[in-house]
Amino acid sequence: METKEQILGYLEEVYDPEVPVLSVVDLGIVRNVEVDAEGTLITITPTYTGCPAMNVIEDDIRAKLKEKGISNFSIKTILSPAWTTDWISEAGKQKLKDYGIAPPEKSSPDISLLSNKSKVIKCPRCGSLNTEMKSFFGSTACKALYICNDCKEPFDYFKCI
Amino acid sequence: MSDNKAVNTALFDYLLWLGDNSLVLGHRLSEWCGHGPVLEEDIALTNIALDLIGQSRLFLTYAGEVEGKGRSEDDLAYLRDVMAFKNTLLAEQLNGDFAVTMMRQFLFTVFNYHLQNALLTSTDERIRSIAEKAIKETTYHLRHCTDWVIRLGDGTEESHKRMLEAIDELWMFTDDLFDAVESDKLLIAAKIVPDMKGIQDKWNSTLKEVLGEATIKIPERSYMMKGGRKGIHTEHLGFLLAELQFMQRAYPGAKW
Repeated sequence: METKEQILGYLEEVYDPEVPVLSVVDLGIVRNVEVDAEGTLITITPTYTGCPAMNVIEDDIRAKLKEKGISNFSIKTILSPAWTTDWISEAGKQKLKDYGIAPPEKSSPDISLLSNKSKVIKCPRCGSLNTEMKSFFGSTACKALYICNDCKEPFDYFKCI
Repeated sequence: MSDNKAVNTALFDYLLWLGDNSLVLGHRLSEWCGHGPVLEEDIALTNIALDLIGQSRLFLTYAGEVEGKGRSEDDLAYLRDVMAFKNTLLAEQLNGDFAVTMMRQFLFTVFNYHLQNALLTSTDERIRSIAEKAIKETTYHLRHCTDWVIRLGDGTEESHKRMLEAIDELWMFTDDLFDAVESDKLLIAAKIVPDMKGIQDKWNSTLKEVLGEATIKIPERSYMMKGGRKGIHTEHLGFLLAELQFMQRAYPGAKW
């Protein structure tokens, strides 16, 4: 029988379909893995309520475990505690940056509710801090759209929730 | 009816209201897909639509479980008729121009934000966990429409005029946001849901702050149309559902 560490190792090979450099473990979607005589229970949580990738991720986890010869497992989805970008691992943040997506900066939300201030985000390409938020909503639910005023390139920012 | 059963029935009704609000407004926003005034807004409105539909799924799934008749989120979304929908009248109003969409979005989102914040302390664990998840998204929605209301209200002569027309057109549907039904009292007593009065006070104060900055005058109180919660809707909801439910009505049980 596989150990918890082995199962986690397999899950490291399951990638987010929309950000294919991050595994579901890097992203913090996998909340727990329990292995006992009855089988394996994997607990996952969605990033956003409407995230269309969640069904695919669940299918991908099933496919990966079957490929590894594991059949006695189940997947449980929980909502609470709610997923936060703080759960993205340090390795995950580095992978995001290398991929050209600015990683989430700090745990606080990026917005003060009714005022007009947004955080200063570093351009993942040239490192400039002279960047500008174009839209809170980007190519997927989890990203915001920025532009760098120095290298003139637009880039995605993985926004804090 | 036993107390427990009465609370369950009340909860089912309330969850349908929460789920239908998000579903109907989410559908309306999805109609902007490919028609946004600029690319960023096309993407923003459809992103928000996706969040709302996601939130709706959580509430309708729970509603089906509370009802206990084996109805799924899909059964509840696709197979109920107009009068079984509980959503607030504001959500079903037509998109109009971008000013109307943004004003509708603002009036609703301020309400939704304060309501979800109050639901964070619900005695019902499931509602609490949904609210905990949803409020993070709704905070972004609020910031987005607040930005636009200020930018357009305190903008050009044309944008200011359109925002005034938009609030005049929508104002009569705003009391309906807070229109509770008799059975809500059971849920309030059990601290499952908040009293609407507190939500309305917070809504009023946020409106005053933002609309003041946007130089938009809040309309005088006049005739207020209500009834969404009891299934009495404006003419627009039927047409919306005809599109939303088309596939399941034309091909019952279709799956992909």
